[in-house]
This record gives sequence, structure tokens and C-alpha cells, in this order.
Amino acid sequence: MKYVDEFRDGTLARGLAAAIRAEADPARRYAFMEFCGGHTHAISRYGVTDLLPPNVRMIHGPGCPVCVLPIGRIDLAIRLAFERGVTVLTYGDCLRVPASDGLSMLKAKARGADIRMVYSAADALALAQREPGREVVFFAIGFETTTPPTALVLQQARALGLANFSVLCNHVLTPSAIQTILESPEVRQFGTVPLDGFIGPAHVSTIIGSRPYEFFAEEYRKPVVIAGFEPLDVMQAIRMLIRQVNEGRAEVENEFTRAVNRDGNLKAQALVSEVFELRRSFEWRGLGQVPYSALRIRAPFAAWDAEVKFGLDYRSVPDHKACECGAILRGVKRPSDCRLFATVCTPENPMGSCMVSSEGACAAHYNYGRFRDHAPDNGRSTPPATIRLAS
Amino acid sequence: MCLAIPARVVAFAADDQAVVDLGGVRKQVSLALVDGVELGDYVIVHVGYALSRLDPEEAEATLALLREAGALLEPASGEAPA
Ligand code: SF4
Repeated sequence: MKYVDEFRDGTLARGLAAAIRAEADPARRYAFMEFCGGHTHAISRYGVTDLLPPNVRMIHGPGCPVCVLPIGRIDLAIRLAFERGVTVLTYGDCLRVPASDGLSMLKAKARGADIRMVYSAADALALAQREPGREVVFFAIGFETTTPPTALVLQQARALGLANFSVLCNHVLTPSAIQTILESPEVRQFGTVPLDGFIGPAHVSTIIGSRPYEFFAEEYRKPVVIAGFEPLDVMQAIRMLIRQVNEGRAEVENEFTRAVNRDGNLKAQALVSEVFELRRSFEWRGLGQVPYSALRIRAPFAAWDAEVKFGLDYRSVPDHKACECGAILRGVKRPSDCRLFATVCTPENPMGSCMVSSEGACAAHYNYGRFRDHAPDNGRSTPPATIRLAS
Repeated sequence: MCLAIPARVVAFAADDQAVVDLGGVRKQVSLALVDGVELGDYVIVHVGYALSRLDPEEAEATLALLREAGALLEPASGEAPA
């Protein structure tokens, strides 16, 4: 596929790997966090870790909206379906996220709740239009990438005066999550994660641009490189981060110039700010309450806000005691440090949210990296002859 | 969840909709979030909506940089990169 395959080319990957090895100073260690699950997925799936020198370590961050969705929010959707008899529509990724009482939306559906999967917010709106007798709630989730489509359907619902449609808004914001990782007390408690820089979000940045990350570069003296989701994009970003560290710079650089600029998509931003406002605080799975990290629906759209319409009250529910998602999302632990990993907790039967989506750190490691744990040299000292190019 | 793919716009339809080609598969997507898309443009598509245009010149420039990375090293290191 054009603009995809070129960025998965094995020969170029080997050249880039050599360039990274040449630029990484053997006398120092580098640790970079990729914020987005899309990067985590690319790194695991294409064996990027195997192409890096042993002193360059990638740490998986919290950047998967499914992984950071707390149990209590999914409980709200399940209660709506069971107790109020509404039809809940959501993206496929959300269906298997573990909720209270051993349930998930999928298991609730099997027990008779009317919960269905949609491919787009527009499909949810269309169902409400087609069946005016049915109460339809769109369970909206996602970072800045998925928020503009939700804003659009809310606007359309208001324009149509659609009385049987509402949105349960779970949209969260990436910059505040990065800030939380840098300031988290848990990180201090576990000892600091030695983060030398971030690979910044790809598709989120098509909307918000690269400007919001300038704050981190300045305030925390951490380099940020915005990168595309293909393996060569990630490798080039690592190379750019190494170079910044070597030169003592902490700037925002953009590897993904083919889709991202400094300002982002202004039309989408205007739409989002017309429909949504900041929540004071929102609970993230694994990170706890994060101030000003999520959006809620503005008052003029209250009639389409499921939380207002159904008077929902949020109850926080602790994660499974043995699940280490919280530490993993902060970069303090690795999936294999969790005692449930690949035994009790698998992608077929996830205990924690990091095992649900293929972008989650545990699922990515389960599918593509598990065997490396048992390699005698940890699999990293000799780069393989070929990059794995499954597509 | 946030993954989006580049697709080529092959036709326009009513209500800000367009038909895109995704490596041979045709799909209808909404152009409501991006202004000024022209026929033949590549757009980044996510959950049924185009999020931004893809700039072919910038894509080429990035690829050129990636090619350069390996090419610069090969003769100097005297060995085929692993
Ligand atoms: S392996 Fe499962 S239980 Fe353990 S941290 Fe990962 S998602 Fe949580």
C-alpha cells in the first residue's frame, strides 16, 4: 500500500539500524518512552527492539485509550444497558476490556445486554435516526484522534433534534498524561524511570499539531520526536532522539511531516472546543485521577450527554490486585514482571486492560516479544539479518 | 485504537463524503474534518473520517532521509550493515 510499504522496507531498516548503532554512544544508556500504543505495536511486531543496540531501551507508555479506560467507566455502560434498557454502541476494541464482576461489554452482551460494535460514530447516529423508538448511547472513547468525529455527531444530533441519541464521553488528552508520567509520585517511589525522551503521538498530532509538546521540551528538558506508526518512522525517531541527547538538546522535532505540522487540524480543533470542555479530573486506569486530562460535553449539548440525561454517577473500582498495568503504563515495570502475564492473563482472557488491545504493552509483548525473554543473550546483542516484515 | 491509514480519494459524494481507495479496497469516508481535499489526494483515515491530508513531497523527503542514513554508513564501515 502506498505510503505504508515504503516505510516498512527491510533494506532501509538495516541501514537505519547501522546509523543508530553508529550514533549511539556506547558509554551511555538511552531510555525513550513511546507514548502511543501504535508505536508499541510497531516496535513489537516488526522486531525493532532486535535492531537496536543494547544500550538503547524503549519503554512502553500509556498511549492506548483502551488500556487507560478505568473499570468504573465500562461499568457505567453495562449498567445503562442492563438497568435502563438502552442500546450501547462502541468501537470493537472496548468490548473485551475487563469490568466489574468478571464482566466485560462482550460478556454483558452474551447475558442479554444490547451492546453492539460500530466502526464509526456516524454509524451510531445513523442507528438512532433509523430507529427512533430505541434509546441509543454511543460509548465514545479515544485520544484527540477520535474526538473530532464524536464532536461532529453531537453537533449533528443537536441539529436534527434527535431525542433518542446521547454520548457517554470518555475522551482523554495526551499532553496531560505525559505530564503525569513525568510527575507521578509512584515513579518517585519506585525510583525514577530514567526517561531521556519521548516518541510523540502520530495521529493524535495530525489533529493537535506538534505545538502542545513544546511545553515538555522546555519545562522538563525532554526531547520529543513526533513519529509515524510504521517501523522505519519509529527507527528514524529513535535516531533523532539519540542525536538530541548526544548534543544536549531538548526540542520538539517532527519525523512525521507528511501528515503533521506545528498547528494541526484547526477545523477539527475548533469543532472539538465548541462541543467539549475540560473535566477537572478524570480517572485513568493505572494512573489514577489525572487533573484536566479529559473532556466532557458542554452545557448546550447536555440533552445529548448520557451522563446528564441518565443521571449517571461514577464509582471508581480498583484494578485486580495482581495486575501490574499501572506500573507498566508508567514505564516502571515490564509485562513479564507481572505474575499473571501469559499464565492467567492472555489476550483471549485478559485480566488487565494492557492485554486487551493489540496496542497494549502486555498484548504486544505476548504476541511478538515473549520468546525474547528466554533467549540466552536476551536477544539483543546480535541484530538479526532481516527485519521481520509481516504485514 | 488510534491507528489510521493513508487512502487515496477517488470520488466525491454528497454530504461531505468521499470514496477512498485503501490498497484496492473502496470505502466511503467523511471529509467533514478537512478542507480543500482534491481528487487523487491522499488522506489519513480513522474511524470513517479523514483527519488530515498526506503531503507526498514531505513523504518523499522523509524517505530520502531514511535512504541516506544507511548509504552514508556503508562505505565508511567497510562491512555490510547487519
Ligand atoms: S499481564 Fe495482564 S494482569 Fe499483568 S499487567 Fe499485563 S494486563 Fe495486567
